[in-house]
Amino acid sequence: MKILVALKRVADPDNANKVKIPADGSKIDTAGLEWKINPFDEYALEAALRLTENGSTPKKREGEVIVVTLGPKETETTLRGALATGADRAIRIDANDDELDGRIVADALKKVVEEEAPDLVILGKQAVDGDSNQVGQMLAERLNYPMATFAATIDEEEAGTLLVGREVDGGVMQLRLTPPCLITVDLRIVAPSSVHSKLTAKDFDYNEGVRFAPLPAIMKAKKKPLVVKDLKDVSDLTLTTSYQGFSAPAARQAGIVVNDVAELVQKLRDEARVL
Amino acid sequence: MKTLIIAELSAGKELRNSTLAAISFAATAAQLAGGSYDILVLGSEPQQAAETLAKFGAHEVLVSADPSFEHPLAEVFAPTVSEVGKEYQLLVATASSFGKDLMPRVAARLDAAYAGDCAAVTSASDQLVYKRPMFAGNAFGDCTLSTPIQVATVRQSEVEAAKETDSQSPIRQVAKSPDSPAAQRVEFVALDAVKSERPELTDARVIVSGGRALKDKFFDVLEPLADQLGAALGASRAAVDAGYCPGDFQVGQTGKIVAPELYFAVGISGAIQHIAGMKGSKVIVAINKDPDAPIFQLSDYGLVADLFDAVPELVSALKAG
Ligand SMILES: Cc1cc2nc3c(=O)[nH]c(=O)nc-3n(C[C@H](O)[C@H](O)[C@H](O)COP(=O)(O)OP(=O)(O)OC[C@H]3O[C@@H](n4cnc5c(N)ncnc54)[C@H](O)[C@@H]3O)c2cc1C
Ligand SMILES: Nc1ncnc2c1ncn2[C@@H]1O[C@H](COP(=O)(O)O)[C@@H](O)[C@H]1O
Repeated sequence: MKILVALKRVADPDNANKVKIPADGSKIDTAGLEWKINPFDEYALEAALRLTENGSTPKKREGEVIVVTLGPKETETTLRGALATGADRAIRIDANDDELDGRIVADALKKVVEEEAPDLVILGKQAVDGDSNQVGQMLAERLNYPMATFAATIDEEEAGTLLVGREVDGGVMQLRLTPPCLITVDLRIVAPSSVHSKLTAKDFDYNEGVRFAPLPAIMKAKKKPLVVKDLKDVSDLTLTTSYQGFSAPAARQAGIVVNDVAELVQKLRDEARVL
Repeated sequence: MKTLIIAELSAGKELRNSTLAAISFAATAAQLAGGSYDILVLGSEPQQAAETLAKFGAHEVLVSADPSFEHPLAEVFAPTVSEVGKEYQLLVATASSFGKDLMPRVAARLDAAYAGDCAAVTSASDQLVYKRPMFAGNAFGDCTLSTPIQVATVRQSEVEAAKETDSQSPIRQVAKSPDSPAAQRVEFVALDAVKSERPELTDARVIVSGGRALKDKFFDVLEPLADQLGAALGASRAAVDAGYCPGDFQVGQTGKIVAPELYFAVGISGAIQHIAGMKGSKVIVAINKDPDAPIFQLSDYGLVADLFDAVPELVSALKAG
């Protein structure tokens, strides 16, 4: 299977509470936070790797995994990281974050998909900086592809169709997609038995989470192909979403520590009046 | 300005409460920009839901009935929603898994820009301004869209549910649009619904959430407390990942966003992604044996204790009245 994975780098999500907003509300300042791959995109890549191997011999790739990002030169670090983990080649579309919105990213990715003609496109369900949760759905519509958003499981069937379990409100919805198609992944796609390629034994279990690149692979990744494209060659440049200002949420005050259960019940009843 | 609300039904017929958040958001937008709102109901048997929705102040309720609308597949819904929606300037749904799946797809079809998971709408210089949480709720952005049609979803916990009025909107049938080629390559296989007698997380007045600490005693320990309080059960990601409870219990940045009157965090450390989903709660109670757990920094009442002792004791105390 040939799979295209879209990756974005974001400011360290585990420290998102350290973002600063200047008094004039002009921006969200992430200075001091490390750049990391968007966690859902890291999971998207892991899913793509699992779908192109047989599990037991993960070094041997059946098909191809191509990673693509839209971002400035520094985002090549993110792409090299993905190549070291097992992706075959990378594409960077040169752009600064302030030149991008959901529509532009979707249209640029559409162009890449049309050139590469993969069987499957995998994205994270959302980029955890903007929490926008729109590019995958927009891209699917632009391509006229069927999609499964918020995927927690993917099983490649004998016929080449994909059985996808989506986490929705109230349960899990199973869909069957016929490629070419698009999937956006949720957290549990990296559970041990979430993804099986046609070649993987159904009872094969992975380690929980994503794989890490061994040192020799990091060296080798420097030689894997990475091409750069101009944003203007793959999308119209008109932004249709813009931010007028930013604000911090109201801070919550820490309350009190009660001594025992009796005091807790008394406070909830008499002070908070919620019982 | 004309606004269209997309209603959410379960199994193609029953109206979901989530729809009421979209109505109240749309009513505010319509008030700000001047104009009315209509409600579009797609379902296999949508008639009863449409009749209920006729009491919510809409100019019209539009109904499209078709067997293919039993399950909410974006590929199947988007053509009709877009065909009807192209006569409007704003399309609104609630940011449930239904709205988040469908609406960006509709936006792309209509060349419209999309603002997801909005907490509020205001207006400035004749434009609607969508206030959206970003960075796991650690910032709000005021977003404007410049396309002729705009599409938004609403965070249910941030707006008050719309209430029934005395009005009676006319109900009009609209045709289903032809399927898109994408619809031919997606097949609904099953919905493994989590059955529960408890209130839905997003509607509950009280929520009892458990974390990794519960181990395989998740239900044994928390159910008596939830029963006693008439509460919904929630969980941290760690509890879900470990298989202690179903995935749709998850509260947080990637789970449900909740804002009950009373939230119990039991054996939950308070990671940033969990907090993102529950910090809007009115009163937060944390039970954790680690006095330095970050959850204590935002709880109103903290109890440093072993949960396996404290929760049963709490249940007894509540029972004793
Ligand atoms: C992209 C991404 C998205 C995420 N989204 C979410 C999300 O939506 N929701 C979410 O919850 N998490 C989310 N997470 C995971 C999050 O970062 C944390 O890993 C998770 O919330 C931790 O769960 P926990 O608090 O149950 O476990 P832990 O952090 O392990 O905490 C367990 C707590 O239990 C306490 N404890 C242990 N034993 C006892 C006892 N006997 N009595 C009392 N207390 C005890 C410990 O002191 C500890 O504080 C996400 C992570 C990522 C990367
Ligand atoms: N700048 C970008 N470069 C590559 N992929 C992106 C970019 N922005 C978003 N994506 C992809 O789209 C998904 C959803 O992003 P969003 O709609 O911005 O929340 C992400 O998880 C990525 O897979």
